[in-house]
Amino acid sequence: MTLRGDADRPRVEALLREREEIIFKRWTELAASAAGAHENPGALAVRLREIYQALLRSLADGGDATELRGLLAELSRSRAREGFTPSETAVVVFSLKEAVYESVADGGDFATLRGFIWFSKIVDDLGLLTFETFATAREKIIADQAEQLLELSTPVVKLWEGILAVPLVGTLDSARTQVVMEKLLQALVDTGSEHAVIDITGVPAVDTQVAQHLLKTVVAARLMGAECVISGIRPQIAHTIVTLGIEFGDIVTKASLSDALAHALRQSGVEITGSGSRRVVVGTEHA
Amino acid sequence: MDRVPILKLGDILIVSIQIDLQDQSVLALQEDLADAVVTHGARGVIIDITAVEIVDSFIGRMLATIASISRMLDAETIVVGMRPAVAITLVELGLSLGGVRTALNLEKGVALLDGRGAPAVRR
Repeated sequence: MTLRGDADRPRVEALLREREEIIFKRWTELAASAAGAHENPGALAVRLREIYQALLRSLADGGDATELRGLLAELSRSRAREGFTPSETAVVVFSLKEAVYESVADGGDFATLRGFIWFSKIVDDLGLLTFETFATAREKIIADQAEQLLELSTPVVKLWEGILAVPLVGTLDSARTQVVMEKLLQALVDTGSEHAVIDITGVPAVDTQVAQHLLKTVVAARLMGAECVISGIRPQIAHTIVTLGIEFGDIVTKASLSDALAHALRQSGVEITGSGSRRVVVGTEHA
Repeated sequence: MDRVPILKLGDILIVSIQIDLQDQSVLALQEDLADAVVTHGARGVIIDITAVEIVDSFIGRMLATIASISRMLDAETIVVGMRPAVAITLVELGLSLGGVRTALNLEKGVALLDGRGAPAVRR
């Protein structure tokens, strides 16, 4: 921190080496109590031992902290995956300060105390490092999950020869709609289907933006020579759409997926006969 | 300048666009096509754009213009084989190709003109 602090640095280094066992024991105690109830004290002690050794080596090498930083980053990453909060991780590092301070206070030496200020800054940096790594690790987890969600949530299923369906579940945003649109259009080309049903039963809310996305998808499918039906419109959603003044124009909308399938079958000229004497002609609205 | 060939299949004309369209070739195509429709007395024109990967508003307008010319000469225009990316681009550009019928591929386009296939797109 200050020149004087730097000057008193060797005292703290010597202290860290001489009283290694005492400081380390105290550190593991403090860390274990601060780290949260679901921490395994044995595993933590092993990791802290490695970190403490790396810290000593880094001080001896004159500031080459690559190994130390690597160990701390690994600690932070694994704790991020195990669901600890960043504070719980940072506190583990900061508790070293407390453990060392107890030893410094025992000595009662003013110069060592100044050296401790320098040491305190080192620990602060290390604590911040764990915090940063923690945030990065968490962000990566979130990004991975968002990507997986995007892949999982947009299946294109074949209902009938020439009829595809896209059951949409969850909130629609621009990125998701883009994926849905591309997947559906590609599936239309791959299967040569002329009809598609977009089922929005699982979409919790439809606002102007979502409606706009749906309309774009339908128009794009039309440009390619396929006709889309939107199904699964719940009463509240119908109400919302009308209240918002969204015009679906000549796009066919149906209340349920079965109605939409019946419509698509009728359009492709398929006729279904029911079992027994009752003959069901697909093509009426009540089929 | 590359000219786009016009193929005759019965009373249907088939135009398959395989090259990067320049302004000049588009104008030439429109003239050639109008001549061909009159000469052969065609009742349908199929424009195959399977090979077209990049579109802009100019191509979009070209398709609409060809459709208008053909309709004037009593021939129906069907655009076939549009790629998903192309369709998305046209929608983003706000071009919905009003008055042009579309089909997924050449086969379905021919069937549409013959009245055999179910009407895929009705406006």
